[in-house]
Amino acid sequence: MSQATLERPAKEPTRTRRWRTTRRATALSAYGEPWLWLASGALALALAMIAALVLLILVRGFGTFWPSELLRIERKGAPALLGEVTKEELVTRPAADGMPERTERRRMLRTGNYDLTGHHFEWVWDSEVEREARPEWALAVERTAWGRFHGEPVALVAGERVLAEQPSEILARLDDELARAIEGREARHRLEVEEVGAVHHAMEVERLTLRHLEAEGGDAAQRAASIERTAELERQYEALQRRLAELDVENGRTVLRMRAPDGATKDLALVDVVRAYPANALDWSAKLGVYLSRWWEFLTDVPREANSEGGVFPAIFGTVVMTLIMSLVVVPFGVLAALYLREYAKAGALVSIVRICVNNLAGVPSIVFGVFGLGFFCMILGTSIDELLFADRLPNPTYGKGGLLWASLTLALLTLPVVIVATEEAIAAVPNSMREGSYGCGATKGQTILRIVLPRALPGIMTGMILAIARGAGEVAPLMLVGAVKLAPQLAVDGTAPFVHPERSFLHLGFHVFDLGFQSQNSEAAKPMVYTTTLLLIGIVVTLNLTAIWIRSQLRKKYAANPF
Amino acid sequence: MPTATKAPMPPTSPERLPPTGRDSAPRVYDAVARGERFTTAMHEAVLDERHVLSIRDFELWYGEKKALYGITMPITAGKITALIGPSGCGKSTLLRCVNRLNDLVDGVRIAGDMQLNGDSIYAKGVDVIELRKRIGMVFQKPNPFPMSIFENVVYSLRIDGIREKDLLHEVCEKSLKGAGLWDEVKDRLKDSALNLSGGQQQRLCIARAIAAEPEVLLLDEPCSALDPIATGRIEELMNELKGHYSILIVTHNMQQAARTSDYTAFMYLGRLVEYGPTNEIFRVPRLKETEDYVTGRFG
Repeated sequence: MSQATLERPAKEPTRTRRWRTTRRATALSAYGEPWLWLASGALALALAMIAALVLLILVRGFGTFWPSELLRIERKGAPALLGEVTKEELVTRPAADGMPERTERRRMLRTGNYDLTGHHFEWVWDSEVEREARPEWALAVERTAWGRFHGEPVALVAGERVLAEQPSEILARLDDELARAIEGREARHRLEVEEVGAVHHAMEVERLTLRHLEAEGGDAAQRAASIERTAELERQYEALQRRLAELDVENGRTVLRMRAPDGATKDLALVDVVRAYPANALDWSAKLGVYLSRWWEFLTDVPREANSEGGVFPAIFGTVVMTLIMSLVVVPFGVLAALYLREYAKAGALVSIVRICVNNLAGVPSIVFGVFGLGFFCMILGTSIDELLFADRLPNPTYGKGGLLWASLTLALLTLPVVIVATEEAIAAVPNSMREGSYGCGATKGQTILRIVLPRALPGIMTGMILAIARGAGEVAPLMLVGAVKLAPQLAVDGTAPFVHPERSFLHLGFHVFDLGFQSQNSEAAKPMVYTTTLLLIGIVVTLNLTAIWIRSQLRKKYAANPF
Repeated sequence: MPTATKAPMPPTSPERLPPTGRDSAPRVYDAVARGERFTTAMHEAVLDERHVLSIRDFELWYGEKKALYGITMPITAGKITALIGPSGCGKSTLLRCVNRLNDLVDGVRIAGDMQLNGDSIYAKGVDVIELRKRIGMVFQKPNPFPMSIFENVVYSLRIDGIREKDLLHEVCEKSLKGAGLWDEVKDRLKDSALNLSGGQQQRLCIARAIAAEPEVLLLDEPCSALDPIATGRIEELMNELKGHYSILIVTHNMQQAARTSDYTAFMYLGRLVEYGPTNEIFRVPRLKETEDYVTGRFG
């Protein structure tokens, strides 16, 4: 070592300069306060936006089903209207028809009576109004078809016999008659679903058997027997159809005769009535009753009127089942992948590249996953399954189309990166001393992973699952391609063998929101349902997450490290 | 100074030890610094015993860096042998080589061999899993597994697939009694082991280690994370275990080595410097370096 490198060259005196000059006060930016304000402001803004969004959904979502009063408006030169005021706004109207430019209020009335007028809603300018009233006996009737009917009850008629003519009398008897009508409707529904459905199923089986026999060129006797059985089934089917027709006549006997606001009378068969209430005569508790009964219907019934009325039970079912299947698939899959990355793979460039790819996978637009799911699961896998197992049903696809299973698998792929990343972190957080302790006891790598690493990482894995559920349950775009539909007549689980039908298409709450808000013909009526459905979707995601969080906290209690 | 390299003579010829021994200036370090060959000052007493473990010319590299230099060291059966030395001298590395935990570290290369009761540890085809079952190990920081106290103790039986409840309970009780923990935890065997105090956790780890009836028990600074009372408890325990188990302990605490061990090995820079009965090492060490270290005049 030479001397020269040890000694620094002498500094030139001109370059030495005092860099620290005397300051009067510390600069404002050096203090923490501006940063504190900036950071807290950002958080406050984020919270405010979230709170506003949640509040909007809560208020609108919970408000949808509250029954409001029926307003009768008599207009100049136009038929009278009877309906709920759903919207109110001030509009500046340009000068026209000799009127100066002016600001005027207009109200949107939900009039119902679509079968008579062809409108669900009607705008009313204040200048058009001649007289307003809240008729005491105005009756709001919700029907299984044609939407609502607003009017005043005239009579309750059973066949030829008039049961009641006074509004108060009609209302008094309506509940009993309605209950009877609902019984009739359910009896018909049962007949249709169970018996007709069973015959249908048997006919389909018979058709496939016959096709099979023909394809194999089986003996004539068997074919004849099969044809005979088919004929027998067809006779049964016709008998059932006759019974259904009889029931329909029987059910249709009791009608509620109503007078529409424009004076026309209309007979409403009670069997088609879901709910009827005198909107202006309800006290608070009766309103609550209507409100709760609507919620109950919403949660437990099937949709009607192009999804804008009725319930969303199939959508709840579809969402929950899809999310559960997705979790069941993605968690083991992701955990195994993460285990390999953390425990088995030798750290190196390749593992880093794989890790980066997994992380980037989380950023791929979800619709891309949808396209992949459609191409791979539905087209390739599904078609192959059809050819192998359901060849006799072709060309009708069984698995070769969108369905609950394929949607779940697509979402599992979509959420896989989340689970892998969370699990990797959880596994990395397991102290090495635990692994060494296990090896020291003579455990193999597999035993160590299974008995020490995984249990310890379980809370972290649950975190991954929670994130996956949150991401998966709210996803809509890919579902449109792989199985979510507007209308699914059958649930994925039902009474026909083999009872579980993962190949069936399904309803999904997220898709339901999209469909209601933007694809519905009667979008004005569907709008409140958008909020309610959104509220429900959020509620389900929160419930699923809370369950997972609760399980995680139980696991933490069991496995958490004690820092003594 | 050519004599410095031969200062401690091979233990087989004690009479040829240079008389300058402990009173001379520390020359071993200089020799080591020059990279010269160096032989352990081995006290004859350690050679007369029955050995449970014998380490022979053991060397180890972490990648390019050599960490252990030609260590030859017999471990006496049924006694406590302490490994002392400054940080980074290779004590823990040597200990972890006994049950081949260093196999798990990337880039480790070894030469030489160890024998456990006559069976080679590093020969080709040795079943490492079976080997580790014959050796118990307790670590620096208590590392109870995230499961119940009972499951912790019988872990080594569980991984062998033993399910007989009676046997498991018997072993659990015996091991916990052996580790002096039975009275404290007998009523809450189903509780999580993570709720125990640090000292209890460490005794639980000892119970776990002795549950498999190991031929040798390795303790890697078992008291460094414990308070003096818990430390005293562990030391008592070691005394109780002695005789039945052969214990090899790494410690930073000179008093602990002096109090508890029967034999002491002083290591420095990856070499075994001096090895002999504890009272000789602490009272009449043959090397000046050892004396400096055990009296605190090191460096």
